[in-house]
Amino acid sequence: MDNSLYNYILGISDNTLILGQRLSELCGHGPNLETDIACTNIALDLLGQTRSYYQYVAKLSEGQSTEDDIAFLRTEREYKNILLVEQPNTNFGYVIIRQFFYDVFHLLLLRELQNSKDETLAAIAKKGIKEVSYHQRFSSDWVKRLGDGTKTSHNKIQEAVDDLWKFTDELFYLTEDDKSAVISGIGVDVSLLKSSYYQIVEEVLQEATLTIPELKWFRKGGKEGIHSEHMGYLLSDLQYMQRTYPNMKW
Amino acid sequence: MSEKEIKNLEALFDQRIARDEKIEPKDWMPEKYRKTHIRQISQHAHSEIVGMLPEGNWITRAPSMRRKVALLAKVQDEAGHGLYLYSACETLGISRDELFEQLHTGKAKYSSIFNYPTITWADIGAIGWLVDGAAIINQVPLCSTSYGPYARAMIRVCKEESFHQRQGYEIMMTLAGGSPEQKELAQDALNRWWWPSLMMLGPTDAESVHTEQSMKWKLKRKTNDELRQQFIDQTVPQADLIGLRIPDPDLKWNEETNHYDFGAIDWDEFWQVVKGHGPCNTERLSARIQAWEEGEWVRDAAVAYADKKEDKKLKKAI
Repeated sequence: MDNSLYNYILGISDNTLILGQRLSELCGHGPNLETDIACTNIALDLLGQTRSYYQYVAKLSEGQSTEDDIAFLRTEREYKNILLVEQPNTNFGYVIIRQFFYDVFHLLLLRELQNSKDETLAAIAKKGIKEVSYHQRFSSDWVKRLGDGTKTSHNKIQEAVDDLWKFTDELFYLTEDDKSAVISGIGVDVSLLKSSYYQIVEEVLQEATLTIPELKWFRKGGKEGIHSEHMGYLLSDLQYMQRTYPNMKW
Repeated sequence: MSEKEIKNLEALFDQRIARDEKIEPKDWMPEKYRKTHIRQISQHAHSEIVGMLPEGNWITRAPSMRRKVALLAKVQDEAGHGLYLYSACETLGISRDELFEQLHTGKAKYSSIFNYPTITWADIGAIGWLVDGAAIINQVPLCSTSYGPYARAMIRVCKEESFHQRQGYEIMMTLAGGSPEQKELAQDALNRWWWPSLMMLGPTDAESVHTEQSMKWKLKRKTNDELRQQFIDQTVPQADLIGLRIPDPDLKWNEETNHYDFGAIDWDEFWQVVKGHGPCNTERLSARIQAWEEGEWVRDAAVAYADKKEDKKLKKAI
């Protein structure tokens, strides 16, 4: 199996898995029924995309692993998601900002990935574009509502922006495997998405009357498997059944 | 309106129901009909929303990607059912906020079954198979109930519930056919959920206070005891098929009646849970109240933002 391609795909699909898992925690606890249903919808889309990527990776492994082995049976250091998506559901403002920061990137990524030389990846990306366009519309609308809603909502979401901004730069970081995938025409050079990304994000934040943080120092590490302390607890839940009852069919 | 006029309207109303005509929101209806429907539809809506909690408890820990996605979709369906039912209830002249207020203050009830904990993955199978199974038996007759918006909501609800029931049974079948540990999980879940599921069909006919009136309004087509028998007759062979044992030593097929005879139900437990002393009554209500209170600033912001947008539109128009 081509390890570099394997790692490249996990670099995309671990983000959708972990963000989907975070959103799943909220199911039944949303601020109202409509947002509850919408967040669950997004989680379902993300987990559905994850399954397509993992099934493809499992196929590439030629019977060495299944989608569930990949999802549930790696050590924390082997998960390649960015730090942003593992951040907790501190409040609805954090949920929305985390989503928004990821959605804008995700849509830009999929629009490029649909031109990948790898036909399976291109097909998964193409299918995901429609879903992710909706995610971005949902999160952008809520950024505006909360930013330009009441004084309380403005302050709360500004705090989330200030707190999560430091994780945005990692979106554009390329690992060695990412670089190989770019060279072979399979992967997307995410560093080229950076200016479009910040332009879109800043436009929405401005419309939402929010202040764009001036930050010189950003956090990264997730893509190399060095996660925040939140990650271990998330994985404890995610992996609980597979670890407690190994080698069984469910 | 004079008493005589009301009597006349009531007679016409009863005739319409007898002719199987649907009553629609703008039609005249007796006050008692309105109140009973608000009580029942809201209780049903609350059950959907509270019912999301015990199942939601396992979404993050589901054992495979396929099961995770299926469970998430199922719990989302319950939210959708809540939405249709609250909307149906609102057509009777009460707001969703008032309905939530009734739930949070304990004035309105929800199905007591959701006050039991989901402590293993097999409980997710048992809920789908037994709880949704009992719910369907309760709900199918409501698809032809007299109040139009309720009947129409129930048609959609029942379609999805029967899918959930099959999904739950399939989880149990997989467990029962799996390793000894998995089979034990399945049997243990059946042991814990069997009796509470039987209680879901409501108190025995002798103790049921609403049955007579509800039959007349087609809110009910069969009595609680008839529905319970139907549930047992349908479920016992399903348990046999996957090699699980119903936890009732008195359960026995009766050739004469063509039904199963079954053991005594512990109604004291039922009433204790209804009164708030079940294993999770406090947790379920607190979770709902917490979600509502923590969401207040979000809902306020949405209203404030919509008002601002409206103002801007008006100013532009001027």
